[in-house]
Amino acid sequence: MSNYSIQGATGDFEVVIGLEIHAQISSKAKLFSGASTEFGAEPNTQVSLVDAAMPGMLPTINGECIRQGVRTGLAIGAQINNFSVFDRKNYFYADLPQGYQISQFKHPIVGEGMVVVDLEDGSKKEIGVERIHLEQDAGKSMHDQHPELTYVDLNRTGVALMEIVSKPDMRSPEEAGAYVTKIRSIVRYIGACDGNMEQGSMRADVNVSVRKHGDPLGTRCEIKNVNSIRFVRQAIEVEANRQVDVIEAGGTIDQETRSFDPVKGETKSLRSKEEAHDYRYFPDPDLLPIEFDDAYVDAARASLPELPDAKRARLVGELGISDYNAAVLVAEKENADYFEAILAATMDATGKDASSVATRVANWVIGDLFGAINKAGKTIATSPVSPAQGAALIALIEDGTISGRIAKDVFEIMFETGKDAGVIVEEKGLKQVSDTGAIEAIIDEIIAANPNQLAQYRAGKDKLIGFFVGQVMKATQGKANPGVVNQLLKPKLDG
Amino acid sequence: MTELTKMTIAEARDAMALGDLTSVELTEAHIKAVEGFGATNAYIMKTPEKALDMAKAADAKIQSGNTSAMTGIPIGVKDLFCTEGVRTTACSHILDGFVPRYESSVTTNLWNDGAVMLGKLNMDEFAMGSSNETSFYGPVKNPWRATNSNRDFVPGGSSGGSVTSVAGYAAMGATASDTGGSIRQPASFTGTVGIKPTYGRCSRFGMVAFASSLDQAGSITRTVRDGAIMLESMCGFDVKDSTSMDMVVPNFEAALTGDIRGLKVGIPQEYHLADMPGEIEALWHQGIEWLKAAGAEIVDVNLPHTKYALPAYYIIAPAEASSNLARYDGVRYGLRDVGDGSSLDEMYYSTRGEGFGEEVKRRLMIGTYVLSAGYYDAYYIKAQKVRQLIADDFKRVFEKVDVLLTPTAPSAAFAFGDKSNDPLAMYLNDVFTVPASLAGLPGSSVPAGLSADGLPLGLQVLGKAWDEETVLKVSHVIEAAAGFNATPTDWWS
Repeated sequence: MSNYSIQGATGDFEVVIGLEIHAQISSKAKLFSGASTEFGAEPNTQVSLVDAAMPGMLPTINGECIRQGVRTGLAIGAQINNFSVFDRKNYFYADLPQGYQISQFKHPIVGEGMVVVDLEDGSKKEIGVERIHLEQDAGKSMHDQHPELTYVDLNRTGVALMEIVSKPDMRSPEEAGAYVTKIRSIVRYIGACDGNMEQGSMRADVNVSVRKHGDPLGTRCEIKNVNSIRFVRQAIEVEANRQVDVIEAGGTIDQETRSFDPVKGETKSLRSKEEAHDYRYFPDPDLLPIEFDDAYVDAARASLPELPDAKRARLVGELGISDYNAAVLVAEKENADYFEAILAATMDATGKDASSVATRVANWVIGDLFGAINKAGKTIATSPVSPAQGAALIALIEDGTISGRIAKDVFEIMFETGKDAGVIVEEKGLKQVSDTGAIEAIIDEIIAANPNQLAQYRAGKDKLIGFFVGQVMKATQGKANPGVVNQLLKPKLDG
Repeated sequence: MTELTKMTIAEARDAMALGDLTSVELTEAHIKAVEGFGATNAYIMKTPEKALDMAKAADAKIQSGNTSAMTGIPIGVKDLFCTEGVRTTACSHILDGFVPRYESSVTTNLWNDGAVMLGKLNMDEFAMGSSNETSFYGPVKNPWRATNSNRDFVPGGSSGGSVTSVAGYAAMGATASDTGGSIRQPASFTGTVGIKPTYGRCSRFGMVAFASSLDQAGSITRTVRDGAIMLESMCGFDVKDSTSMDMVVPNFEAALTGDIRGLKVGIPQEYHLADMPGEIEALWHQGIEWLKAAGAEIVDVNLPHTKYALPAYYIIAPAEASSNLARYDGVRYGLRDVGDGSSLDEMYYSTRGEGFGEEVKRRLMIGTYVLSAGYYDAYYIKAQKVRQLIADDFKRVFEKVDVLLTPTAPSAAFAFGDKSNDPLAMYLNDVFTVPASLAGLPGSSVPAGLSADGLPLGLQVLGKAWDEETVLKVSHVIEAAAGFNATPTDWWS
């Protein structure tokens, strides 16, 4: 449990946080039209007559979006509602062609669920999900294209969103960040959303209030459209401190909508409660309620892949990987997929079973591969070393062809050139020397060349064995099999 | 050529099938009639070239033997239906110059069957009105005048142009739409046959929305048989409308057997209004006698929630309209008035203030109000509950009877200005048509007689959901019994 609090002049304040995450559903077509959802197209090229709200146009439901909503609900263990209704949320804006957003108000498709998040101190916390509902995205108003005019791009208009509404269960920026991370991980695992926050396919409205410990809930402010996990954390920090300052200066918090400016590091008011829209929700008469049977839900459940929590438990329980490493490996779907692929390839290459190579593979992926990727500013998707190549390298260590030490050098070359480990080992003559005769000869030379050290060793300075090992490795350019060296060296030194 | 315009759709179809008549001949006669019809203001857009092209294509189709009942039949299209390449405005200033790049599903069905488009027909703005006085293009004059009078009368609404073009022989049929009575009431006012099918029979795709849960396309014709023919062409499931019903459209014309022996006809007692004109009561009674004589069994029934229908309708329809019409904002099409150009809100105020007429504004304000926080439960939710009770009333009654017979409207056509300054009096026009609209049920209005002033009066037949066939069958029997053959005096040409 984190014990985050804001230290005010009058005492400590607890921060209460709830999040509404808007996750764009990874569907080819929009929620109520056949227009494409591809990101980055020329403005207004992916707009159907329905999206543009031409007279007489009617929405028709894209079943794939419904299915992804149900799958997401199942992935967080939530109540799935076999009956749900699309409502109209009425307001005027230039990038909202219909004059209303089709959303789910009274009867959302998904009810209560829960996710478990991991905190930095190793503890876990349950965060409740209130509901998930489906809705259309609005278009984009561009105020920077012309000195006086606003331009409107409707490509995003009508794209399907899931709004995942948490309970006010979070108490620190860290918890909120961990929650977004977890939700993002889950939706990406199941393929319901690509989780790409830079492109806006995931964004969060953050509700923040503060109170003295034990007091009733304070008045909350909603920070709209925060588009990275880092900004979520920053915005909470900034907003909570602002609220504490207001309260301690004798003021009261107004319930309002605010925006976060990461450059200035401040939130500012967008509109107050008095200016808040009356959305005049009512059931959309153009659409029938969504109804499905249990078989539909069962099929959606059967289509779910192994989810991060389950995968993590399996990596620990069945493969003997440490909980920490397992957590790192499962957090991002791509990483987990890479790990599964390299593990399978390593099993193939070595003929060994999963549990006997899993730890080595996990260590290599997290230590060597992730290190190199982070350093190079790449991602697992753009890794120059494929799972098969990585597995071949690990197999060379496993069968004693190269030492772990040499493997690091080989990997560095692999990472730079994309060449296979075997080729590099061959080209550079890096094969480990395990031939006892050859190693023995070198040991004899080293002992002969270092009589002082030998004398000190024999006088009881046991640690000097390391010096001799080092000399042997140096003489063999690291290629001598360290096991063989140790095995041969000791009897000779002991005389 | 005038004779050609007086043919029924069925007659023209048969004549064309026999080779005695071509669609081009028929269409040319109608184009001429439309040209001479300007004084009524029924057409707001004429498409003679398009009509001739379509007529030629229809003749070729007939030659090849690949015809349907509507092939070659010249019709008018209510301006509520989007027509590709032909301006569509729902008779609102706010849709100035709007030319759709798409075609409504209903008109697509008609064109696929070979029907010919004469032009776009006047209507109340966004179908909001019962007299066609709210159109941006000005009112439509009823072809009918009272005996020995030169006074102009309203044609009813909102499908005023549709009924007028058909009653005045400037179209063989016309598309129309009914939200609370916009097909049936004007049909009654003009001596035409109006049929509103079950909600979900016709696709709403491409039909400018007024109140989505109520809007339903239908036909205006001069005979019940023509109505059956035209309606069948218009109906059908459409994947582009989630509320359209995926079921086979029956052969409506085949339902016109003339045999209603043993059929049970319900007479809803709540439709006897205290202050209803005696001639309406008398006509209703006459209708009952006709059906009895044809072998039907008459049953008095009760629809206890009838009196709540009008208030509920005038909450639900404006509520949906207030949202449906939000898209007319000056941003993408139609009228744009930036006002003083200072802000987006300023553009909304100016465009919508300028673009919408008084009746539309009234309903948008009512609709916005009833959906507002604090009023939603008291108005919108309550109205929805009432709507359910009304639907339940009908359901219960239709367990005992096959159709209901009522007057279509509480009066004959009235003169211009009589009710346009009194919204409540205007809304009362819909008192007999609204309940079935709320329940989504099919209904017709059949000309049954003339008022003391010599103006047409209609009787309404209401049926069970998806049972248009019985509605048509009974309507056909009334039509035959009434022998309604009065015609308006041709004052317009």
